[in-house]
Amino acid sequence: MLLPQTLRARLAGAPGAAEPLPVERNPAARASPFGFLPRLVRFPREHEFFEDGDVQRHLYLQDVLTQVAEEPEKSRVPEFTCQVAGCCQVFAALEDYQHHYHMMHGNACSLCSRAFPSEHLLDAHILEWHDSLFQILAERQDMYRCLVEGCPEKFKTTQDRKDHMVRLHLYPADFRFDKPKTNRGPAIPGTVADLSTRTLADDGDAMEVCSEPITLPPAPVGERRTYSHRIPSTICFGQGALRGFKSTKKRNKHH
Amino acid sequence: MWSRRQSHLRRVACGVEELRCRRREREAALRKARREQQLVSKRLLREAPEEAPAKGAAAVLGEAEIHQFLQLAQRGSEEKEREKALISLRRGLQHLETQQTFIRLEGSMRTLVGLLTCNRALLQLEAARCLHELSHSEQSVVAEACLPATSYLLTYLSGHSSDFIELCLYTLGNLIVESEAVRRQLLPQGIVPALASCIQSPHVAVLEAVGYTLSQLLQAKEAPEKIIPCVLDSTLLQHMLQLMQPGPKLSPGVTVEFAWCLHYIICSQVNNTLLITHGALSTLVLLLLDLAEVVQRMENAGLELLACPVIRCLSNLLAEVAVEDVGGQMQLRDERIVAALFILLEFFLQKQPSLLPEGLWLLNNLTANSPTLCTSLLSLDLIEPLLQLLSLSNVVSVLVLTVLCNVAEKGPAYCQQLWPGPLLPCLLNTMALSDTEVVSQSLELLQLLFFYQPEAAQAFLQQSGLQALEKHQEEVQLQDRVRALRQTALRC
Repeated sequence: MLLPQTLRARLAGAPGAAEPLPVERNPAARASPFGFLPRLVRFPREHEFFEDGDVQRHLYLQDVLTQVAEEPEKSRVPEFTCQVAGCCQVFAALEDYQHHYHMMHGNACSLCSRAFPSEHLLDAHILEWHDSLFQILAERQDMYRCLVEGCPEKFKTTQDRKDHMVRLHLYPADFRFDKPKTNRGPAIPGTVADLSTRTLADDGDAMEVCSEPITLPPAPVGERRTYSHRIPSTICFGQGALRGFKSTKKRNKHH
Repeated sequence: MWSRRQSHLRRVACGVEELRCRRREREAALRKARREQQLVSKRLLREAPEEAPAKGAAAVLGEAEIHQFLQLAQRGSEEKEREKALISLRRGLQHLETQQTFIRLEGSMRTLVGLLTCNRALLQLEAARCLHELSHSEQSVVAEACLPATSYLLTYLSGHSSDFIELCLYTLGNLIVESEAVRRQLLPQGIVPALASCIQSPHVAVLEAVGYTLSQLLQAKEAPEKIIPCVLDSTLLQHMLQLMQPGPKLSPGVTVEFAWCLHYIICSQVNNTLLITHGALSTLVLLLLDLAEVVQRMENAGLELLACPVIRCLSNLLAEVAVEDVGGQMQLRDERIVAALFILLEFFLQKQPSLLPEGLWLLNNLTANSPTLCTSLLSLDLIEPLLQLLSLSNVVSVLVLTVLCNVAEKGPAYCQQLWPGPLLPCLLNTMALSDTEVVSQSLELLQLLFFYQPEAAQAFLQQSGLQALEKHQEEVQLQDRVRALRQTALRC
């Protein structure tokens, strides 16, 4: 296809257009048996007009997805240790360290050192765990927000919130809802702390996920049982609070 | 994705002929699937697994081995050991038999999800890879076994570990394609807000993955009723359009994915007015202009993959814009659009001729109601290049002739620019063809030409036009017009 020499220059030039030639239609021009009318044409998704382009698109996707599944090449480096205080994990690949850092030390609560999978959950945690004003307001109004981003619902209790998330958002019932807050007397289900790190002491229980139910201590008579025995308390987003903080935090907690 | 593909293409060492052959087979399979409206089927997302196991692939794992690896991963004392166990499991999961054994083993998914959410970052990553492997399975029951993990995968999308997020996204992408039942779980679990959060990531690889996952979601059969309204309600649209703005930071891999997303939204015709309000038209025009620049460079491989959805989006959106509004859209009165489109048409001619009809469709929608752009075709000397496309194929010919009719029907001022010139000899050539549609469109064009530029009729006669006409005088669909033209020509 031989394009005029000036075309590329025109493309690179300023926006605008030549003054349009005058339009002078005569209806007789399209008198029967003729009938041409300019038409805007639109094609819906499944139209066969799109077949070729769609096929090319999927060929590309096939190439790409085959590689996504391949084992990634890691950039190997001399071994080094994570520099965050109290963390002594060693790494030999940058990608591994990057992931570790984000998961274990990113979105961390400065007050209790728990790490959360997202800023959104960290914010909820700080509000529900470390904000005394929140506690006061919660006595009078619905303060516990649904944890699914974009859902505006609020609830009086964490149990109500949990029910909502299970029923409406189809979350699994054991989305770490049922671990009680520490030192708080009767267990308060569905707290955001559950979505955070477990302390390293929990690691002993942490891995008992496959098939074995956790036997929890029987609840005192009269108290509402707030969690089922079959739910492992250990499915959570845990990145353990750092060993160095664990014991002191526990002692100092006066919620 | 994009960069990986480029390097992959360079690494492939096997015979070119073999590659071409395989590609033709894959293409045939895809074409068949599309005709059966099965193009979103996951089976087609991966090339058929090779007969001989690839280098590094493990053998099929039995129940005992799977159980052992899971135990080791959970309770091993050495982290390295635990990681290795998961890696071995993952390799085994490349086989369908292992996948099936895995899902039948009680508590196995539970364990995997536990590892996905444990406090060892590298175990999480390997567990996610195992999940990814399962999500990719040809068998529905295997992929659907991954459902317990989706709420966690979605939560992780709002994190910061880009490799991990990418993996979660591709896993979700596989699950999305699986079935409507899966999507009916993912939507209430908040996949749209999760993607809206993820699309703000600064990482190119993450953005490509978001685009891919979203494009799969938007292709679902129930998308126009159940998914697209949700997406349009979110901030995804604004972010998408922003990511498609041309500029130094434009990444072709990212833009490709979102261009396809936009295409699925637009051609579903849910609320295209909203898109126009958000400036989609001007973004697309700018992108078209930018593409035409980039395509002129040496490294233009793969750009047709981006040009295609951009052209489709623009063309379909133009069909939404009412006639009165076209005048108001300043960008549409810019002759650079036409210049850009022709540069792309030339590119298609060299690299992907099957896309010529789509480019010409856009040209039709640009010129149908626009005296400005019809004039541009004339003033930029684009009629002759347009004529060069005639007789490449019937579809292309009909479209070229339709565009020429768009120009001619605007009156004598336009026809005077069409003739004298190469138009008439070309028309006489197309008349020698037998395709009814091509000849039909040629007749309409001749009529307009004769009406507004009577001298053309004389030239027509002198160039044996009558004989060309007579060839079709028995054809039912053409008879009346052939006769009328004959009379018109003889009268002049």
